[in-house]
Amino acid sequence: MLEVKGVNSFYGKAHVLNDMNFEVAAGTVVALLGRNGAGKTTTMKSIMQMVRPRSGSIIYKGHDITTWPSHKVARNGLGYVPEERRIFTQLTVLENLEVGRQPPRDGCTTWTDEMVFDLFPNLAERRNNRGKALSGGEQQMLTIARTLMGNPAFILLDEPSEGIAPVIVEQMARVILQLKSEGLTVLLSEQNLHFAQAVADGVVIIEHGTQKFVGTLSDLQAQPDIRDQYLSV
Amino acid sequence: MGLFIAQILTGLANAGALFMVASGLSLIFGVTRVVNFAHGSFYMLGAYVGYSLMQVLPGMVGFWGAILLAGIIVGLIGVIVEICVLRPVYSAPELFQLVATFGVILVIQDLALMIWGPQDLLGPRAPGLKGVIRIMGEPVPQYDIALIVITPFVAFALWYLITKTRIGTLVRAATQDREMVSALGVNQAWLFTGVFFLGCALAGLGGALQLPKGGADLLMDFTILGSVFVVVVIGGMGSLPGAYLAAVIISVLNVFGVTYAPQSTLVLMFLVMVVVLMFRPFGLLGKEEVAGEHGQVGEPERPIKPAGNRIRLLVAAGLLILGLLPLYSGNFAVVLVTDILIFCLFAASLHFMLGQGGLVSFGHAAFFGGGAYAAALFVTYADTPMELALVLAPICAGLAAIVIGWVCLRSTGVYFAMLTLAFGQLLWSLAFQWGDVTGGDDGLVNIWPSDWASDNSVYYYIAFFLCTGGILLLRQAAHAPFGYAMRAARDSARQAEAMGINTKRIQLVAFTFAGIMAGLAGGLFVFSKGSIFPNELETARSFDALIVVFLGGVKTLSGGWVGAAFFEGIKDYLTRFEYWRFALGLSIIVVVILGPEGIVGSLRKAGERFGLLKVPEDAK
Ligand SMILES: Nc1ncnc2c1ncn2[C@@H]1O[C@H](COP(=O)(O)OP(=O)(O)O)[C@@H](O)[C@H]1O
Ligand SMILES: [Mg+2]
Repeated sequence: MLEVKGVNSFYGKAHVLNDMNFEVAAGTVVALLGRNGAGKTTTMKSIMQMVRPRSGSIIYKGHDITTWPSHKVARNGLGYVPEERRIFTQLTVLENLEVGRQPPRDGCTTWTDEMVFDLFPNLAERRNNRGKALSGGEQQMLTIARTLMGNPAFILLDEPSEGIAPVIVEQMARVILQLKSEGLTVLLSEQNLHFAQAVADGVVIIEHGTQKFVGTLSDLQAQPDIRDQYLSV
Repeated sequence: MGLFIAQILTGLANAGALFMVASGLSLIFGVTRVVNFAHGSFYMLGAYVGYSLMQVLPGMVGFWGAILLAGIIVGLIGVIVEICVLRPVYSAPELFQLVATFGVILVIQDLALMIWGPQDLLGPRAPGLKGVIRIMGEPVPQYDIALIVITPFVAFALWYLITKTRIGTLVRAATQDREMVSALGVNQAWLFTGVFFLGCALAGLGGALQLPKGGADLLMDFTILGSVFVVVVIGGMGSLPGAYLAAVIISVLNVFGVTYAPQSTLVLMFLVMVVVLMFRPFGLLGKEEVAGEHGQVGEPERPIKPAGNRIRLLVAAGLLILGLLPLYSGNFAVVLVTDILIFCLFAASLHFMLGQGGLVSFGHAAFFGGGAYAAALFVTYADTPMELALVLAPICAGLAAIVIGWVCLRSTGVYFAMLTLAFGQLLWSLAFQWGDVTGGDDGLVNIWPSDWASDNSVYYYIAFFLCTGGILLLRQAAHAPFGYAMRAARDSARQAEAMGINTKRIQLVAFTFAGIMAGLAGGLFVFSKGSIFPNELETARSFDALIVVFLGGVKTLSGGWVGAAFFEGIKDYLTRFEYWRFALGLSIIVVVILGPEGIVGSLRKAGERFGLLKVPEDAK
């Protein structure tokens, strides 16, 4: 469904992604793993065209999307959930959802406010609160909920478990599995295996912007030395 | 009591147009991060377009229809400007955007002149609202009452649009995080265009609405701009209620000022602003702004290096040619080059703090004109000889710079820019309105050099040595450790602080140094002309310097004086054309879009391409 082919990305002169190559098959969950600063966020932004790859290409559903503007990428069913809970703090929960709302898309669930609230009951009570009044976990739920409002076929989840309470992490894992069961394809990034092994089918490990391992979760678990070498514990 | 109420009502009526223009500016800034300097021009266009429409549309419906249509037409003109001028420069540093909008001002000024002619147009009275009503015996125009009623409706409609509709939600979201909004599938480009339409339409509406009160003239654009900045700064950038509150405060204050202190209306407005900012740096209802970054276009700035031998030789040759000028050329050239040298020093001083320090000042004329006025005042009232006055001028300008810098440097980015502009306006108002001392509009005259220097050639040498000396001194400072500290504070204040650099102090010193040099230029100016008028303090003068620095090349060390020499050199020729503003504005816009490195940067590139200059290792 998504192919990353020989992608090189830069910030100014800093070469951050070095020849990234991997695929995400429809209906699977792939975990992009690596330590802080490895290039996970940059990979996701390169897919979304928020960072323009200097060479290589991103193929989504057979289209080369490498020169598209981000909004067009999003409108074609790629939903990006940023790290660090970039919600609109001055807007209410409902308004945040409004910003994410897009017209229905063939073959994808058409999300409504109420469906999102069923998925994240905590948000339902806070629908008229401003973003800045939410707790860290609620903000994280809102970033996901907001992206779902765009009726994506594929979501990119950047470190969803970072800095939130263990109970909520478990809830996140359940949500991801539920989304997967409804047919959504997921690429998620994490710094360690902890959260990923509960949800992922495939794994990509990067370090210093270079891909070190591509395989299934069970492949990786059979090679504990790789895990210890590239991931934080 | 009746008079008091009548005056408050007049103030409220005047607040209408001001609010509309200010809220438009605020909206556009919130989403696009561009301070639209041309906003006053859209206000002016609103008045002119409204006027023309009222000539053809009859009756009451025609009158109000013309106002509405004027708003829409001006909004559409705004869309054209946004697409053609601003879209290409959104990712450029603030200064480039500001200069681009300044180009738009010039173009619109001449377009208005071409279409509507130079004479002031008297606005038609509103059909059915031509009379007055009496409030406790005092006459209040019916149209004023209409404005007082209409403004809150407009404000409410705007508030509704922004807080209750999807478009408004997107606008507010984009104000906070544009990148995220587009990653969620919203086409930013059209959102920007939409906001620009709305903001410009508001300005046009304001201009058309005030027609029966103020008519239309070619100075409206700059006149409103100062007040609009004050309103936006007092109310808080991005706050609609703040803009309304501040517009009312300023307008009411103005009406009372006219009655009780006619000498000080302009000064009063700026004083209020300064006081508000001392206590609330982000305005009455504003929120903290993220400081505008000193962004870079294209390749990163090159490290500053001492000039190479070839360049030194060129400069020495140039100085020799200049030094011998009186020997081989006539009086006209000598006087012209004196002017050019003075302007070069002025521009170089601005370039120093702007290029090295990242301090974009819109009020640098305050120090040029300030130095000139200081010298002139000393000569007029204390019979000070020229030699001493030329020392006192930079000192006074430096003292003013310390005070103004101290206040302005409490803010950063656009707030800093608007504050410096406001202070420039303040000094201008002082010179303009305090007629007993400064001569007001008639200026101060008979400020001639001492006898020994009264010959044009002798004065030329004085200007030559002081100006080249000043420019070299500025250059020296850029190479000194002080220059490193300035650049460090410019590029990353936090990192510089961590290295033990007191960034605010460095910036204040830089600001003051630039002020001193501008003051010296001002002192030289007044003795070369023999007189001084308030227009040397005008915002337009500050803009001259900014444009020159920009054309010369911000990111180069010599951009300031090169740009000044070029500009001042062609000005004489250029201003012979009737529509030179149009041509200049258009060329500014073209330069911003196509050649943002400026003259020096482009020459350097060309030199490197043709092998005349070595390309430094780190730039390959
Ligand atoms: N906006 C930026 N400008 C310059 N360098 C950046 C920027 N964002 C990230 N980097 C650098 O790129 C590298 C990869 O960053 P990132 O993709 O955010 O890593 P991760 O998400 O895996 O923590 C890091 O070395 C980081 O310092
Ligand atoms: Mg990251």
